[in-house]
Amino acid sequence: MEQKELRGLEDRCIQEYAPPCTAACPIHVDVRGMMSEISRGDPEAALKIVRKTLPFPGIIGRICDQPCRDVCNRKNSGGSLAVAPLERICADLGAYQPEKKPAMPRKSRKVAVVGGGLGGLTAVLDLVKKGYPVVLFEARVRLGGRLWDIPGEILPRTVLKAELDVVVQAGVELRLNITLGERVSLADLRGEFDAVYLSLEVGCYKTDGLELGDGRVRVDPATLATSQPGVFAAPLREGSYSPILAMSDARRAAISIDRYLQKVSMTAARYNEGPYVTRLYTNTAGIGPLGIVPMAERRVGYSLDEAVQEARRCIQCQCLECVKVCAYLEHYGSYPKKYVREVYNNLSIVMGHRQANQFINSCSRCSLCREVCPNDLDMGEVCRQARVTMVDQGRMPASTHEFAMRDMQFSNSEEFALGRHQPGTTDSEYVFFPGCQLSASAPEQVERVYAQLRESMDAQIGLILRCCGAPAEWAGRMDLFESAVADFRRVHQALGNPQVILACSTCYRMFQTYLPEVEVVSLWVLFDQQGFPVRETSLDKKGVVSIHDPCTTRCERSIQDSVRQILDRLGYQIEELPLSREKTECCSYGGLMWLANRSLANEVVQRRIAESPLDYVTYCAMCRDLFAAQGKHTLHLLDLLFEADPKSRAMRAGPGYSQRHENRARLKRKLIKEVWGEEMPGIQDYDKITLNIPADVQARMEERLILVEDIQQVIAHAEGTGRKLANPPTGHFLAYHRPGNVTYWVEYSPMPKGDGFAIHNAYSHRMLIEESKKL
Amino acid sequence: MTETINQPERNNWLCAACGIALEPGKVTVSYLDNAYPVELLRCPRCGLTWVPEEIALGKMAEVEKTLEDK
Repeated sequence: MEQKELRGLEDRCIQEYAPPCTAACPIHVDVRGMMSEISRGDPEAALKIVRKTLPFPGIIGRICDQPCRDVCNRKNSGGSLAVAPLERICADLGAYQPEKKPAMPRKSRKVAVVGGGLGGLTAVLDLVKKGYPVVLFEARVRLGGRLWDIPGEILPRTVLKAELDVVVQAGVELRLNITLGERVSLADLRGEFDAVYLSLEVGCYKTDGLELGDGRVRVDPATLATSQPGVFAAPLREGSYSPILAMSDARRAAISIDRYLQKVSMTAARYNEGPYVTRLYTNTAGIGPLGIVPMAERRVGYSLDEAVQEARRCIQCQCLECVKVCAYLEHYGSYPKKYVREVYNNLSIVMGHRQANQFINSCSRCSLCREVCPNDLDMGEVCRQARVTMVDQGRMPASTHEFAMRDMQFSNSEEFALGRHQPGTTDSEYVFFPGCQLSASAPEQVERVYAQLRESMDAQIGLILRCCGAPAEWAGRMDLFESAVADFRRVHQALGNPQVILACSTCYRMFQTYLPEVEVVSLWVLFDQQGFPVRETSLDKKGVVSIHDPCTTRCERSIQDSVRQILDRLGYQIEELPLSREKTECCSYGGLMWLANRSLANEVVQRRIAESPLDYVTYCAMCRDLFAAQGKHTLHLLDLLFEADPKSRAMRAGPGYSQRHENRARLKRKLIKEVWGEEMPGIQDYDKITLNIPADVQARMEERLILVEDIQQVIAHAEGTGRKLANPPTGHFLAYHRPGNVTYWVEYSPMPKGDGFAIHNAYSHRMLIEESKKL
Repeated sequence: MTETINQPERNNWLCAACGIALEPGKVTVSYLDNAYPVELLRCPRCGLTWVPEEIALGKMAEVEKTLEDK
């Protein structure tokens, strides 16, 4: 991933953008933060947040024109938050703490601010904070300007005086009773000071040589610079006076003056000064109306209790659309903007611990995040690329995907792989491709579907048994994937490039993406269009089910439609899950999440199966098996089509990993024998070793990803070489063997009468024991 | 992995081929281009080594993970 690409991805995640209120506020008060603190009953903490950007909360809390309220996401659900009254109570209740000494070193260049109204005072405070000696010129004998024109019942004099005092205490030199153009000219100021800010009501000062436009002093809207170097002026705003906008102008001028005096660019990187429209998206669906909390006494403003109630109406705007629907994104405690940075760092690291390895490998690659993201950011794609890079760099943890790669290798070996024309034909218009996991999970249904297709379609239908390569693509092993695809192409070509009938939607996705030249059709679309075997009882009304669409059908509306049509014709009513079709969720098998993060995968399953109490119907063997394994009644569409008693299939636990191999191998042998009338050639020697494995050991083997064939190989090796440990009191043997990258240990004992072996335990490690004969 | 791994007290394993009891000895284990000397029980004659389950699934698995993420 390049830096530029990273920034592009980061930019698409909008979670960190300001909420609409803060963006619309000319000085960007953190309204959301303030609301959060008030709702917790802590006005002092809220005041601290407000004061970070707003110098006069007591005044503004009483007179603000509140542009924030126009854009509040609560606006149409009970009314925008009462922002200013809440600021006011913070100011009234929160203890005033004088600003700390300026953090910036005291600077030598002097600044004059002309005009002691809200704008001028804000400029003074900002410039003092930046370390400049500031002299404030005010035409009247006191600070505050037009604030004194506001009636005392709105802005009590005590509040006004207290907040004006803040300016005096900040260390500004006051020159009161001095009108610009009378006792002092702009030229005088330019002589005495290094920069000047004119914060005056229009017409109150002689322009003194400043260039005009439309009868007023012309200023650059971005910097508020006038035609004279070092002289900045508040722009004339249309419409009624906005105190908060005057403060915002002053802040802009203070930034300009600082840049001017530091001799740095006046314009570079000046984003979001003044009001702007945020990019933050907040989903307000499901947010019910909640009316504004009234004040018992308007004159006093909110009581603390009332304020807490009002602040609790705040939606706390944020996006997190993807995190809300994805257990994986939620699990790692952050959001994509942070995640893409972590992925980038993980890929760039030269020495040290790669902390995001598991994160990268735990994504199911289902792309639901992209579907719900306002900017189509796809963490699945980020993780796909990252895995490919890790493999290329030689940094993919060897153990993560090996089990799945070996499974794929098995499916594409002579044990399972097959490509043939329909018996008695030399040509194929179609070829049925059931995929590896349906063959592993329900081999008998593969037989039935193939028989059904041959029977019902007036066409020659061949058969290809193998794995499409998806596990390698998920693992970032593009070398293995490409070779699987090339092997498929060869078989497919040899059959004359027939149209491929796909039962598995993951295969479908892989074909669409990587084999676009191959004509494919989903088995479900075919069944829907061409009719399907309707059992006599199937027209009865059978009740309501929910459909779990496999995540790889996310963009396949026609497949989803066909499945619903079939269910309808079978007599089922459908109650859609909250997340279905293009927003469906992964069952945790996708992307090999289950190998990288087993507990997260379980959580993903738990979440999905809890979404409805109804039985689920799905059309992916892995989805079905994973849900059923955790106790959810789940049927495969083929159960409904081909089983006499589908209900009894709903709780069927899927086969274990060893059984999956066995089922595939047997399916091939059975089809070759029964469909083509041939015998399959011999099997591996070690396959002949009979094992007696108690249920608890079988469960341990599943958990530890140890297959029956691994055990058979260890015993074959130990018995062949005699290299084994013996435990005379128990009669057990313990031996190890390393056929590939994993060392398997098996504790076993021979069964009586040479009838195979009893297995007592099995475990493995990846470290290599370097035995040396020299002791 | 450089420290001595404590073997479980219970040790009834003999080398089946040599018919003699296992004894502690230095063995090298390696993974991803990293090699460590460890003390494990092994046959003093033919060198057949025993990696107990607790070590395979405990310390060894930990080191494997650390090396893979390095």
